[in-house]
Amino acid sequence: MSVAVSVPTILRPMTKGEKSVTAEGGTLAEVISDLDGRYAGLGDRLVKNGTLHRFVNIYVNDEDVRFTGGLETAVSDGDQVTILPAVAGGDSRAQVAGGDSRAQVAGGSGA
Amino acid sequence: MTLRIPRSMVDEMVEHARADHPDEACGVVAGPAGSDRPERLVRMLNAERSPTFYRFDSAEQLRLYRELDARDEEVVVVYHSHTATEAYPSRTDVSYAGEPQAHYVLVSTRDPDSAEIRSYRIVDGTVTEEPLDIIPAAEGVAT
Repeated sequence: MSVAVSVPTILRPMTKGEKSVTAEGGTLAEVISDLDGRYAGLGDRLVKNGTLHRFVNIYVNDEDVRFTGGLETAVSDGDQVTILPAVAGGDSRAQVAGGDSRAQVAGGSGA
Repeated sequence: MTLRIPRSMVDEMVEHARADHPDEACGVVAGPAGSDRPERLVRMLNAERSPTFYRFDSAEQLRLYRELDARDEEVVVVYHSHTATEAYPSRTDVSYAGEPQAHYVLVSTRDPDSAEIRSYRIVDGTVTEEPLDIIPAAEGVAT
């Protein structure tokens, strides 16, 4: 199974600048494993502790894989896999200033 | 780096932020790829509908990015509001920042009478504030 994978700007340094690459696999997990074999380190940017990293969205064709079985989502020959950065954030009270590393739980601003 | 942006877009970001207050509002300004020129403001849904968190709706985001690709545009600005604190990136904002080419604009609506608007680059976990050059309407970008 060969699929086209669309790579977001932030990960293109890992794919030699390529915006679209091909990969093989019957599930998203296999596709990611194949990608990691071709582009060392890419897998760690997509998967953490066996699940999809919260900083990325991955779609198979039009579906966000979080709603279709995550890493076990099946892919077929010719499918389009799209990786996007999750655009998110929020108003925690823990401000980043001058390398201040005080950790606070996000969303705890009590606003 | 400086973010040069028309007054009308800044006004629309503030209007969007006020409308969604006390929840956080979010959106992008797109522009021609590689131009660093903000031309087209797109309000996005905050899928979290929360006063302390925002996240683009994933389906809406996919549609947006495909449209940008088709038009040879990219995200020039990512904006969102903080509704109880200053317009400075939070740890959460920094951890998620995934658009190294973008200006991250924060709008604070904590003061009902005056909005605070500031712009940053967030690359590899490092926040750098940058000047915001607001272009008066008369010199606005032609459409």
